[in-house]
Amino acid sequence: MRKWFLILPVLMAAPAWAEEEAGEGTPEKHDVAGFILHHVANAQEMEFEVPLNPDKNVVIELPVIRLSLVPGSCQAHPPQAGLEGIADLAASWGALTAGCLDLSLTKHVVMMWLALALLLLVFLGGSHRDKSKLVPHGAGKNLLEMMVLFVRDELAIKNIGKKDGPRFTPYLLTIFFFILFMNLLGLIPEMATATGNLAITLGLALCTFVVTQYASIRAAGLGGYLKHLTAGVAPWLWPIMIPVELLGLFTKPIALTIRLFANMLAGHIVIFFLLGLIFLLKSVAVAGISVPFAMAIYFLELFVALVQAYIFTMLSSLFIGMGVAMGHHHDDSHGEAAHGH
Amino acid sequence: MGNIAMAFIAAGLGAGISVFGAAFGIGKLAAAAMEGTGRQPAAGGDIRTTMIIAAALIEGVALFSLVICILLATKS
Repeated sequence: MRKWFLILPVLMAAPAWAEEEAGEGTPEKHDVAGFILHHVANAQEMEFEVPLNPDKNVVIELPVIRLSLVPGSCQAHPPQAGLEGIADLAASWGALTAGCLDLSLTKHVVMMWLALALLLLVFLGGSHRDKSKLVPHGAGKNLLEMMVLFVRDELAIKNIGKKDGPRFTPYLLTIFFFILFMNLLGLIPEMATATGNLAITLGLALCTFVVTQYASIRAAGLGGYLKHLTAGVAPWLWPIMIPVELLGLFTKPIALTIRLFANMLAGHIVIFFLLGLIFLLKSVAVAGISVPFAMAIYFLELFVALVQAYIFTMLSSLFIGMGVAMGHHHDDSHGEAAHGH
Repeated sequence: MGNIAMAFIAAGLGAGISVFGAAFGIGKLAAAAMEGTGRQPAAGGDIRTTMIIAAALIEGVALFSLVICILLATKS
């Protein structure tokens, strides 16, 4: 069995063969940076590469769906191809502020839907168990139960408390497994990482933000919540205090966004770049070093996928717990204040 | 030296310095974890879990700067 593991490095070198297409223009120069960006960024089509035969790549054009909320705005801001990075973001922001809602299906959206389908399959299939027996049977159901109980006991109840923990457990479970599935899907050869898209991680962080504010308002009431924004200082300090507190309110979701996005993006870029070194240095001997390194980083990426899902969920549960604790501070005396945490 | 050249230099320098900071921080974290585990091997599992969480958070901060460097380097 152990000898079969030697096949792994050969398999991991397969993407190196798929890179033949990068040198389309001139046979001498390989545009490694462009190749990497093309594979990591969002695109309007899904491209399934055939190794060693780049001409036979299967390209599926995805539908462009743009709704003009302000009549005529989508005609005024046509989708611009070929923009990279900041210029692309600026163009799409310009279209959005003009009133054009871009709901196109892109590669990352399809990956999100795939993760959604897998989630439904795994959990609807794995959660329905025989009610006559108390204990779930089978490896899959037990594994699912283990992970669900882990999120409930270690994350929800430990951070939010015994009373409100179960209320927020469904949200935390959703976040954990959705991010986990999206991260893991990105590691399969022909798929893309949906969480490597800033918009998707921002959406997830906004969901956490909304749930956190809901938890705070529910625990402390709207008045108590607003009072926390002033942080108990004298009224003449409010013009300074309230903007600072509002800013502090938003840094947490922003940090969640960028942490998940950067971790997922960086790992894939490193793998691609290590394999791209073979083409940059134009010698097959580099493959002897590149491929094992890329394999090591690939396993690190597997680990990081799990850890980042866990960290996002843990921080979400921590923030929700802090929000729920907002309601308790005014009830008990200061001597007991440390007991709640 | 044009703007694009300076953006590339800035991206490279920024990435290098932030990686140094992250490695230093995580190194200190690992040293503390080793020492704690050496003092009390029974707490090894808890220390390991906390170490991984803290390492992921420190790495997250380093990757903030990586995002900025990528923005600089891909500015066309």
